[in-house]
Amino acid sequence: MQPTTLAEAVSFASPTGALSSFWLLIAIPLVSAAILLLLGRRADKWGHLLGVASVGVAFVLGLVYFFSLSGLKNKAVSINLFEFMPVGGLKVDFGLLYDPLSAVFVLLITGVGFLIHVYAVGYMAHDPGRRRFFGYFNLFVAAMLLLVLGNNYVMLYFGWEGVGLASYLLISFWYLRPSAATAGKKAFIMNRVGDAGFALGIFLLFATLGTVQYDEVFNNIHKLSAGTVTAVALLLLLGACGKSGQFPLQAWLPDAMEGPTPVSALIHAATMVTAGVYLIARSHPIFDASDVARTVVVGIGALTLLIGCVIGCAKDDIKRVLAYSTVSQIGYMFLAVGLGGAAYALGIIHLLAHGFFKAGLFLGAGSVMHGMNDQTDIRRFGGLRKYMPITWATMGLGYLAIIGLFPFSGFWTKDPIILAAFNHEGWLGWVLGSAALLGAGLTAFYMTRLFVLTFHGPKRWTEDIKHPHESPKIMTIPLILLAVGSVAAGGLMATSVVGWLEPVLGTHEEGHGHLGHWTVTALTVVVVLIGAGLGWVLFTKGAALQEQPAGPIVTAARNNLYADTFNEAVFEMPGKYLTRALVYLDNRGVDGLVNGLAAAIGGGSGRLRRTQTGFVRSYAMSILGGALLVVAAMLAVTFG
Amino acid sequence: MSDSFKLPNIDYAALAPMLILFGVACLGVLVEAAFRRFSRARIQLPLALLGAVAALIVVIATADKRTVTAGGAIAVDGPSLFLQGSILVLGIVALLLIGERTLERGGSFVAQAAVTANTEADRAQAATAEGASEVYPLTMFALGGMMLFSSANDLLTMFVALEVFSLPLYLLCALARRRRLLSQEAAMKYFLLGSFASAFFLFGVAMIYGFAGRVDFRGIDEAIVGSPASPVLLYVGLSMLAIGLLFKAAAVPFHVWTPDVYQGAPTPITALMAACTKVAAFGGLLRVLYVAFGRSQWDFQPVIGTIAVLTMLVGAVLAVTQTDIKRLLAYSSIANAGYLLIGVVALNKDGLSSSLFYLVAYGFTVLAAFGVVTLVRDADGEATHLSRWAGLGRRSPLFAAVFTFILLAFAGIPLTSGFTAKFGVFAAGVESGQTWLVIAGVLSSAILAFPYLRVVVLMWLSEPAESTPSVSIPGALTSAALMIGTLATLALGVAPTLLLPITTKAAEFIR
Repeated sequence: MQPTTLAEAVSFASPTGALSSFWLLIAIPLVSAAILLLLGRRADKWGHLLGVASVGVAFVLGLVYFFSLSGLKNKAVSINLFEFMPVGGLKVDFGLLYDPLSAVFVLLITGVGFLIHVYAVGYMAHDPGRRRFFGYFNLFVAAMLLLVLGNNYVMLYFGWEGVGLASYLLISFWYLRPSAATAGKKAFIMNRVGDAGFALGIFLLFATLGTVQYDEVFNNIHKLSAGTVTAVALLLLLGACGKSGQFPLQAWLPDAMEGPTPVSALIHAATMVTAGVYLIARSHPIFDASDVARTVVVGIGALTLLIGCVIGCAKDDIKRVLAYSTVSQIGYMFLAVGLGGAAYALGIIHLLAHGFFKAGLFLGAGSVMHGMNDQTDIRRFGGLRKYMPITWATMGLGYLAIIGLFPFSGFWTKDPIILAAFNHEGWLGWVLGSAALLGAGLTAFYMTRLFVLTFHGPKRWTEDIKHPHESPKIMTIPLILLAVGSVAAGGLMATSVVGWLEPVLGTHEEGHGHLGHWTVTALTVVVVLIGAGLGWVLFTKGAALQEQPAGPIVTAARNNLYADTFNEAVFEMPGKYLTRALVYLDNRGVDGLVNGLAAAIGGGSGRLRRTQTGFVRSYAMSILGGALLVVAAMLAVTFG
Repeated sequence: MSDSFKLPNIDYAALAPMLILFGVACLGVLVEAAFRRFSRARIQLPLALLGAVAALIVVIATADKRTVTAGGAIAVDGPSLFLQGSILVLGIVALLLIGERTLERGGSFVAQAAVTANTEADRAQAATAEGASEVYPLTMFALGGMMLFSSANDLLTMFVALEVFSLPLYLLCALARRRRLLSQEAAMKYFLLGSFASAFFLFGVAMIYGFAGRVDFRGIDEAIVGSPASPVLLYVGLSMLAIGLLFKAAAVPFHVWTPDVYQGAPTPITALMAACTKVAAFGGLLRVLYVAFGRSQWDFQPVIGTIAVLTMLVGAVLAVTQTDIKRLLAYSSIANAGYLLIGVVALNKDGLSSSLFYLVAYGFTVLAAFGVVTLVRDADGEATHLSRWAGLGRRSPLFAAVFTFILLAFAGIPLTSGFTAKFGVFAAGVESGQTWLVIAGVLSSAILAFPYLRVVVLMWLSEPAESTPSVSIPGALTSAALMIGTLATLALGVAPTLLLPITTKAAEFIR
């Protein structure tokens, strides 16, 4: 491993000047969400404008804070707004931290978020629930900002659950569709699995260190035994896998595309699903202290990136292909942060670049659907380049960015991850490097397939579509801006963000591994060209309109590599049987006992009631009898 | 003769609250004689309330007084002052219910009890005539008797007080305007059985005198260690005394009168009995057992404990199948007597203070409960059959909510006084090693929760039937009584520290 220079203690300064109000970043979207959701229909007319404006203001503030921070010497400011949970030994402040890592996330969330908000004004124009949509959207932005701005794990968890809630609400936004309602529940439940792990990780930190503050945890992590650190890291990783759709909790993310497309772009591509990467990068002192945990992270990253690619090749729904591509790209990020050292920064810059181009791709897909009567099957597109030139151009730039051709952003951010994977020591380096390289080739293949089938080749439209049209300006302008980001961001970030993040992630020397820098770059370019070329050759003439019989691998890929089947067989069925057994036990055993007891009491009551005859003579008799018994008992107790 | 008979020294200040009540009661009798029927009712209620408030002020002003006066016949100490205050406060609230005249023309009492029930004349007077205003002086006599009963320091005074507060109650029970036969039957039963129990008490007094040669509590206490007489006299006497007291407290198996009397009596009088008589009966029981017979606690503890268990369980089990709300509340009151007996049997300072707390908390709640019962009515008066309460929540959500809250308090749900009160006596029981009583208490509470919740379910989840009566809009007096009862139930549940320091400070008898 590379030597790390994180010997000095982590410390946060108090904010001064403009920075002292950085809590406004969270407050503004939150207030806007509250207004939109509480005012109800009264806000229908102007609600979307408020929603867009609040995120725009947050973005401007984010820029101001960003430049204020860059002028500071200690690039980490922290404030405690109020005591959040003072319970016994547990004292959690509502505390926020603004440092270079948070700063870039704030810019990503508010910047890309603003563009997607603008786009959604057009996309949701005809939806009667547009105000509600923007309410949830603002709620999401507030929660996501809380997630990245917290200065302790409980704040992080608070935001984490907040984005989970917003995600659930937005996936099921069209809740009258059974598929959307089911997808929302699926996302919620699978996230619970991860969140339970995350929560246990926080409990374990508190139990062993007595604190959940970042600085105190990181400065004292070396006091814990190796086993404890590994346990904490793995529990945090479980949470990260759930939120980021990583193996084995990846199955919810493609289904989450049931939500409106802006949701897919913002939450399930650009920001929320990368929270797992943020969690690991933020907790890097913990992961640095456990080789086992880091190995698990890279394993999961490599495996997931391949799973995503393979399934992405076999899907025909434009949003699902992009969803699996998201799964796969986050796999790269996990791989990077798992490699540790200098690769932490690579993971973050790939995350940022991905935020731009994947948001652009999703919004482009939304634009295509907008013009094609909400058709999502890429087999029923074709030849759209002529009708949607702006969408074609912007998606084309996003496509080039994701497959990683020079000089687009993927080249600057993904290739270094492949290089870093090859640089990992031992045989594992070869395995990880090869997986990442293969993934790059597969990505080029399925993205080419998507792009060619959509925009080129013969028209294969359904009959109801006569005149596909370009989307209105309010949707195309965000597309153009995101496309510009896809082109320009990579090179800029590769040169500047690594240095910017140094105060958080530390400085690292570049390692030397199995293959040289240029060898890996050349290899990658060759593999990508092969993949893209294959895709072009195979699909430029269009594709069959129906699903064709295929070999076992393609069938498996079409069925999401049987992840749902596996979950059903291994988790759902035993759960169902357990439930049934418990219900049986409850009905026959517990209820039997309870009902029997109740019947006995009721019967006893009925019988006792008969002694209450209403005759004074029998009452007097009972008093006399009682008196005799009392006297007898008293004498028996005394003299007995 | 004049040499040997000396008038005892009397501390009039200490006796002032009782003297005020008895004075006001006598004044009330004069009012009955001097004024016309129409104006009497308008004079009597303010007079009674004024008297009770004045007495309460005196009790509060002399709260620190500790003395035995009137030749050792009356003890004014912490418990007696606290109980006097409680009887007065609860009595004032009960007077508000008694004085309510907007629910029914002329009030809930019959004009002339001597008219034969169900005759033409009776129906005429039931419809229009002004109700009897004798109820106010009768109530004042009863309250005064109760106060004397809980302060009596010898058995004879106690017996006199017992009769002073019982006789007016017998009369009051017979004065219902509606369902007069039921009311008269209840009064008759109460009178016969009450006399029966009084006879036991008196017989017990005789036995104890035979054993100790004295009837004052201090003397009995001294005699228990020093008397040469046979202890059989002591124990038989103690049993007989206990029977007389447990009858008033409605403990099993001396509870048989309770449901019939509670059902037949006019509801405001039922409320008065459930709240104030309970305070007086337990006040007397506490004083006799703690002061006079404290030394033989090991002998009577198991017997009274058994009675407590029986009371809790029988009361709860019988409540399960009741179909009349007043009978249901009667059985609930029996079970509550059982819980109170845990505090009595604990025989320690906590037992005493928690019993005092329980009496006040229960009194407020039960007054509010019967207050609501007076409101649910149809053309024939109160509709007390439970089937008539179905769907009440839809018709009158406010009163159904109040009654639900009261039932939850009876069931001992936290944030109500029912919880804090029960917790107090149970804790005292555990502390004094009477865990078996507490187990029985918890079981009984669980059983008793069922009939309470059944009423809640009936009110909220059943469809209103055709015959569901309406809830009358209460007049100012009933509203005030309901509000006081409900707020006190809430306040003592949320902030029991309002009362706890007072009960703790009061929990010390003097001899």
